[in-house]
Amino acid sequence: MIHFDSVTKEYPRRGAALRDVDFRVRKGEFVFLTGHSGSGKSTTLRLLHFADRPTRGEIRVAGFSSSRTTERDIWKVRRRVGIVFQDFRLLPGRTAQENVAFALEVTGTPRDTITPRAQRLLSQVGLGAKAGAMVNELSGGEQQRVAIARALANQPEVLLADEPTGNLDERATRGIVDIFRELNALGMAVVMATHDLDLVRSDSRTRVLELDQGELVYDSAAADDDDAPGRTGTMPQPGAERGSVGAAASMEGEESEELLDHEGAAD
Amino acid sequence: MYALREAVAAFRRAPVLTGLAAGMVGLALFVLGLFGLVTHNLQTTLDAVEERVEVVAYLREGTTDGEVDAALDELRALPEVRTVIYVTKTQALENARAELPEFEEVFSDLDVNPLPASLEIELEEGFRNEETVTVVSEHAAAYPFVEDVAYGREWVDKLFSLRRIAGVAAGVLGAAFAVVAALIIGTALRIAIFARREEIHVMRLVGAKDGFIRRPFVIEGAMAGALGALVAVVLTWATWRAVSTLILEIDWIPVGWIGVGLAIGVVFGMLASSLAVRRHLREVT
Ligand SMILES: Nc1ncnc2c1ncn2[C@@H]1O[C@H](COP(=O)(O)OP(=O)(O)O)[C@@H](O)[C@H]1O
Ligand SMILES: [Mg+2]
Repeated sequence: MIHFDSVTKEYPRRGAALRDVDFRVRKGEFVFLTGHSGSGKSTTLRLLHFADRPTRGEIRVAGFSSSRTTERDIWKVRRRVGIVFQDFRLLPGRTAQENVAFALEVTGTPRDTITPRAQRLLSQVGLGAKAGAMVNELSGGEQQRVAIARALANQPEVLLADEPTGNLDERATRGIVDIFRELNALGMAVVMATHDLDLVRSDSRTRVLELDQGELVYDSAAADDDDAPGRTGTMPQPGAERGSVGAAASMEGEESEELLDHEGAAD
Repeated sequence: MYALREAVAAFRRAPVLTGLAAGMVGLALFVLGLFGLVTHNLQTTLDAVEERVEVVAYLREGTTDGEVDAALDELRALPEVRTVIYVTKTQALENARAELPEFEEVFSDLDVNPLPASLEIELEEGFRNEETVTVVSEHAAAYPFVEDVAYGREWVDKLFSLRRIAGVAAGVLGAAFAVVAALIIGTALRIAIFARREEIHVMRLVGAKDGFIRRPFVIEGAMAGALGALVAVVLTWATWRAVSTLILEIDWIPVGWIGVGLAIGVVFGMLASSLAVRRHLREVT
């Protein structure tokens, strides 16, 4: 589903935002991507959404390769990979329904099916009753739900979320994460960047990837598997050392030894 | 559908700038329209003059019938020549009397006929141009018994050069207006794109195709071009009316040319906007 093979991302005149990062995410997996501010979480998600290209290394998402997908074809990636952000990025002055319908309309959905589909997507995120409300009048949690409904418009295989609960209170945060879990249960891979350690610790079954200054310093899946000579295995418990998530999240993982390649031949 | 609706909305959002862009396209095409008027009317005049383009070879005194016959045969055999008429001295005098009745007395008072015999060489249609006239004149002048060769070339030359000057002037002026029009269209679209940057961002996020994102702007450009072309037609028509009533009666340009002008306006608007949109869309993430 997701291959991040020796990926380095450098910005001009700014060292590397990501350094030789390697990980894979399987179909239907749920991953928390953590790390301090500036550690490279957003960069990782941008690369996964093909908003940027790696300087070195290869990325594959939903069957699309970073080295072979042309700019012209990026729209295909975007329909297979949904994304939401901390700031929601909804269109103001429009209703929840209109925001979701917009995504359907601009991606060529037949006109007569747009309204019922938008309604169904909003119901899926628990906002069926507020479809007609202006997004500016919704609470933060509700706005993020609209954004999720919009990201689901083209039934993506992967959902990326960049600090989606960064602006939300605890209750709203739980609501959003619950929606992610439901979607994940339906088979969607979810990669959620967050520095909310309480959240990450709250569910020890969820896989955790931790970045630090552009390097992948912890992978709960690799840490579980003592036989795997993964880079993280040799690390002196970096997460725990810095009071991070490592220890808490690694206890009960159930990642298998082999990461299967589930990619379709989409390109 | 979406594209058309958005293009119309954009038009309404920035009516001044879009109007300005259309106005500039209008001015550029107006210059083209004026050139069309001039060209068309010069062409009509040229056609009339061309009808009468012929080469006249005046013969020396004492040219024999045998020499004339040989020259007639040879000249008539040229592919550019339709026919050659031999005008004798007597006929020349009669023609002169008929065409210039006010000089009747002068002609009848003469005891010697001062008019030379001549060969009037008519050219085939399509050969009534500078080059052929020169070639045929030189051919005729080469006969030893030909005294002089005359033709209406000076006239033709003048009209041709007039048309060339009009063409160059229209080209320079039209190009200048077109450049300004393109710049204004670019600015109008840049503003339209900026106004819609959030939508464009969302469209990219959810996987709208680039062509889909560009389409409303290209349609907006085409609409500005079409509007400008209409303005140009109106301006050209007003000019034609004014000239025709105040100065001299001239023809209106052929309808087909107006169609071409409209097409140029639309295509120009689309091209200018495509270029601008490609450039400015890169500024929106
Ligand atoms: N567009 C960019 N241009 C230059 N540097 C960038 C850009 N985006 C991110 N960076 C740098 O890359 C590093 C990682 O940033 P980011 O991925 O946003 O971290 P995080 O999301 O974990 O806070 C930071 O040092 C940041 O300054
Ligand atoms: Mg970030």
